[in-house]
Amino acid sequence: MPELAAQVLIALIKAFIVVNAVLLAAASLVYVERRVAAWIQDRIGPNRVGPFGLLQPFADVIKLYFKEDLVPAVADRAYHRLAPLISITVALSLYAVIPIADAVVIGGERVPISVAPHINVGLLYILAMTSLGVYGIVLAGWSSNNKYSLLGGLRSSAQMISYELTLGLSILGVVMVAGTLDLADIIARQKHVWNVVYQPLGFLLFLVASFAETNRAPFDLPEAEPELVGGYHTEYSGMKFGLFFLAEYSNMVVASLMMVTLFFGGWHVPFVPDLPQWLGLREGSLGLALFQAAVTLTKTAFFLFLFIWVRWTVPRFRYDQLMRLGWRTLLPLALVNILLTGVVLLVVNAR
Amino acid sequence: MNVTQNTEAQRMSFWERLYIPEIVRGLSITLRQMFKPKFTRQYPEERWEPLGSYRGRPVLVLDEDGERCVACGLCSRVCPALAIEVQAGETERDKERYPVKFEINMLRCIYCGFCEEVCPEEAIVMSKDYELVFEDRESAILDKEHLLVPIHQLQDRLEFLRRYK
Repeated sequence: MPELAAQVLIALIKAFIVVNAVLLAAASLVYVERRVAAWIQDRIGPNRVGPFGLLQPFADVIKLYFKEDLVPAVADRAYHRLAPLISITVALSLYAVIPIADAVVIGGERVPISVAPHINVGLLYILAMTSLGVYGIVLAGWSSNNKYSLLGGLRSSAQMISYELTLGLSILGVVMVAGTLDLADIIARQKHVWNVVYQPLGFLLFLVASFAETNRAPFDLPEAEPELVGGYHTEYSGMKFGLFFLAEYSNMVVASLMMVTLFFGGWHVPFVPDLPQWLGLREGSLGLALFQAAVTLTKTAFFLFLFIWVRWTVPRFRYDQLMRLGWRTLLPLALVNILLTGVVLLVVNAR
Repeated sequence: MNVTQNTEAQRMSFWERLYIPEIVRGLSITLRQMFKPKFTRQYPEERWEPLGSYRGRPVLVLDEDGERCVACGLCSRVCPALAIEVQAGETERDKERYPVKFEINMLRCIYCGFCEEVCPEEAIVMSKDYELVFEDRESAILDKEHLLVPIHQLQDRLEFLRRYK
């Protein structure tokens, strides 16, 4: 079966590139976060390692590798080891279905950019995998056998389950408008009008829910330093801690990519959707794919900056406020959004 | 039950309770903050130059006629941390005595400036030197060789003392 072998080989090559790119991006994001945080606080930030401190992430990762890997004597060793692996595996596997550019034609064959292209339940896959991410955190909290870790893990599971509902429901509006769960199709349909125009409330809900889902401020209760030491990763050191850290930043990248894909037109240029054609980039050429990837990543970068920006602006929620916001504000709003979308679609389609 | 509630949520107007405009306002503040000048001093390259009133490492003044110290031992007596040790010796000159040995233990010194205040000859003053790093305890005990500083490096402090002491 040379056909199958070729497909597996192509998928492996794509997966290799994607995983490395994501890990590099996540590590660099740590640098960006520190730099932006410093600027907001009138400081300069890391600027010693390499030009402008750009090699800081590498220094950080090298440091993490050489740190002692400590496992508490009372910890459940197997699960303690498993937890960070779950976190990072889930975080990385999310990228399999996200298309950052249209398919490229190589040797007369259409080669899609994402690792697992045109999965007809792409959106469901993403929702399912993000829910699995909770297991990493809960297991980390429980297996550490430490009260702070346990509390962090508990909070995070409660928070993620609460906000997952809103997350899923806010996406439903987009699905209703687009009529498909395939991410590439959803992007293709946004060529002229982005979904955020049809779904402003849905976008807002998705934004808030994804902040909570990625455990980012103002919803970073699972690792609230003043109350819970380090939260679920209190008892982790060295590269195991590093894996949690990378997973968190990688989840941020996914959340930003999802916002761009679902609400902000993916690889389409705003106001001038035909710009690549004017530039003479042919359909299916590598140049077009690179152009589209650049557009997607620029939009993603803006949302990543928003994540960081919000972290250094908005104070952390209290636990009861978090739950009240999730269940009594966001969830009803998400349901209202679906209702409104349904009614409008019915009216529009009836005409 | 006649409880009047006056919680923060009730005092806020509708728009404030929505939070979104307020969050946007906060975001605009932090964004503006990003472009303001930074306070950070790039330390090893950019050093801070203290004013004359700064009390750094105490040093002995070395003027044109040599060291000013006459080894009266007042600084040693007044030092609350017992950081100064002086041993006097005789000379042929007008100033009859000079310190054979003058040591300040920088591990003990508390930079109170009493030695400077009590000195009748203005021979010991606080310098601007704040980079005090030693690799072992022995090297933290400074002898005359390390303590004597030419007078032109201490002008700021001497001026300050003349004005305010």
